[in-house]
Amino acid sequence: MKYLDEYRDHRIARALAAEIVQSTTRPWVLMEICGGQTHTIMRYGIDELLPRGIELVHGPGCPVCVTPLETVDKAIALALHPEVILVSYGDMLRVPGSHSDLFRAKAQGADVRIAYSPTEAVKIARSNPDRKVVFLAIGFETTAPANAMAAWQAKREGLTNFSLLVSHVLVPPAIRALMVSGNNRVQGFIAPGHVCTVMGCKEYESLVRDFRVPIVVGGFEPVDILEAVLMLIRQLEAGEARMENQYVRSVSYQGNVPAQQIMTEVFEVADQKWRGIGSIPQSGLRLREEYAAYDADRIFDLGEMTVDEPAECISAQVLQGLKKPTDCPAFGMRCTPENPLGAPMVSTEGACAAYYHYRRHAVAK
Amino acid sequence: MSTKTDAEIKFELSCPTPLPAKDTILLGHGSGGKLSAELIRDIFLPAFQNPVLARLDDQAIVNVNGQRLAITTDSFVVKPLFFPGGNIGSLAVHGTVNDLAMGGATPLFLSAAFIIEEGFSMDELRRVVSSLRQAAAEAGVQVVTGDTKVVEKGKGDGLFINTTGIGLVPEGVDLSADRARPGDKVILSGSIGDHGIAILAQREGLEFETQIQSDSAALHTLVAEILGATSNITLTATPALRCMRDPTRGGVSSTLNEIAERSRVGIELVESSLPIHEEVRGACELLGLDPLYVANEGKLIAIVAPEAADAVLQAIRHHPLGAEAQIIGTVHKENPGLVTMRTPFGTTRIVDMLAGDQLPRIC
Repeated sequence: MKYLDEYRDHRIARALAAEIVQSTTRPWVLMEICGGQTHTIMRYGIDELLPRGIELVHGPGCPVCVTPLETVDKAIALALHPEVILVSYGDMLRVPGSHSDLFRAKAQGADVRIAYSPTEAVKIARSNPDRKVVFLAIGFETTAPANAMAAWQAKREGLTNFSLLVSHVLVPPAIRALMVSGNNRVQGFIAPGHVCTVMGCKEYESLVRDFRVPIVVGGFEPVDILEAVLMLIRQLEAGEARMENQYVRSVSYQGNVPAQQIMTEVFEVADQKWRGIGSIPQSGLRLREEYAAYDADRIFDLGEMTVDEPAECISAQVLQGLKKPTDCPAFGMRCTPENPLGAPMVSTEGACAAYYHYRRHAVAK
Repeated sequence: MSTKTDAEIKFELSCPTPLPAKDTILLGHGSGGKLSAELIRDIFLPAFQNPVLARLDDQAIVNVNGQRLAITTDSFVVKPLFFPGGNIGSLAVHGTVNDLAMGGATPLFLSAAFIIEEGFSMDELRRVVSSLRQAAAEAGVQVVTGDTKVVEKGKGDGLFINTTGIGLVPEGVDLSADRARPGDKVILSGSIGDHGIAILAQREGLEFETQIQSDSAALHTLVAEILGATSNITLTATPALRCMRDPTRGGVSSTLNEIAERSRVGIELVESSLPIHEEVRGACELLGLDPLYVANEGKLIAIVAPEAADAVLQAIRHHPLGAEAQIIGTVHKENPGLVTMRTPFGTTRIVDMLAGDQLPRIC
């Protein structure tokens, strides 16, 4: 596959790894923000190619993992309503709420459907005028434009049976929260390439300035990750802190402006709860007043739910890069993808799932 | 009766089980992954326990008056009913014929049971039956008995088919998933993921530059070639051909995990040796799926003694269904029960058995 195979070329990867070894004189702690990047690291064993002193810690960029338990519970409650068709990205179905998950709701008779795109949910609403179609609109800046587009389209068509259950999070405020948290260890960030494809890299400049921390926008293939690590190491070793773009084949400085426009038209920035982390000011998106008729939170009386996470789950520390999944006493024993204690063990982008699926043999040794 | 210390009691309290995992049937119980295995282990095996069933191979082999009969049954619930490269009718023949063939049996007879939803198109039923007939003729098996049930509208999904197959196992052939030994080679008869992606593309209305065809095919003649190639190789203790499996639902990964588990061995794959068609790779990238977990309906995996590996590989490659065959891995004694894969980067990762179906990821 053109534009993919060259980024998985092991010769290029090894050459980059050798260059990283040569460039490194001291230990450094780097964080890749996105769960997709974490999975690439685990799947290809990128961390094994790095010098011992370079530690990669895994960031909060797993959309499923940071979606609050309350949102999952609300989605399940909605799905069990006989007139509702709940449409979701496939990844969300196995994520445990406090008592159930969407797969179990489906087994109880709920009409839960998987879609690749929210516009499919609009289509379902169009062809089921007697049902209420709710799309579980979660994710980072990456999925926000498509979710916004669905609401925009529904409004334009005057659909009255379509709504979004929104739980949208933003990357830059999360990095800011990590940096000011007091127990931060991270010295350089690999910013998420897909998010930046939408938002551009300009948003990250203020973080670099405020915290004197290097940020490199990185892609998702092994060569991307290694190149981003090399770019960070070179900056760190030289005592520099700049915003750089490794993922130039997809990310521009301004980003995708029409995508940003539709986001701004439909959503506004709001405080947001992150599962495992807590509330972060101005770190999420909610539907604007003009779109209140498409906001499942407002049109269904869902109430405010507050629920507790299983006490043993350390996903909070994992999502902040403070602990590795394997530091958890429950890892692979009482917490597995079949019986997860927390979302990072379920999602294809979750750090715990990445360790479990690709590496538990090494852990056991 | 023992008394628990405070520490033990506390430990139990801090172990919350978030979800009752076993109170209802989920779709994942039919995925061929870990949930399916649990269902078989917890519900079916205890109910029917006998030594033939306990082998858990794709077919049962029973002795009747000195003849070894292979029996297998399979239900087909594929949606859409018609897909590039076949339909539910041809699939119902290939699936069952292949389960017989994987035990080394020569397929002879089939039963076919149809569960039809009220309102189903007579014309579509004719087309399905016609390809079932044609596939059976090509596979050299006869449909000798059958059954028809019609369920109320909304109580079925158009059409379900069950086929049961009977075959004869030739003398000297004795295959089972618990026979893999350290040093054995893992041979795959061709490209993976074609069937699953063809179905998914059809179901989701995805279009690619070239249409991906299901690999649905009867494998018994390919099996005959393999048996021929190994019959001359005599090893001291065990037959050179250890076992064969067709990696259907759950894909190559689930099949190899089952073999690793049953034989209590580790299996290491070499990523660069996996035959995967370019379009399938592309589709999997796009959909966020791993081809190792995608279903095949016309491929087999053979575990063979190292001495026989080349002969078997050549025999498979000479067959029209095996031109792209590869040795994809080796059996070893480390990490029993685990399948791992050597990446082109020189690192090793686990190829896990999934709990349920693969889920498309968010972004």
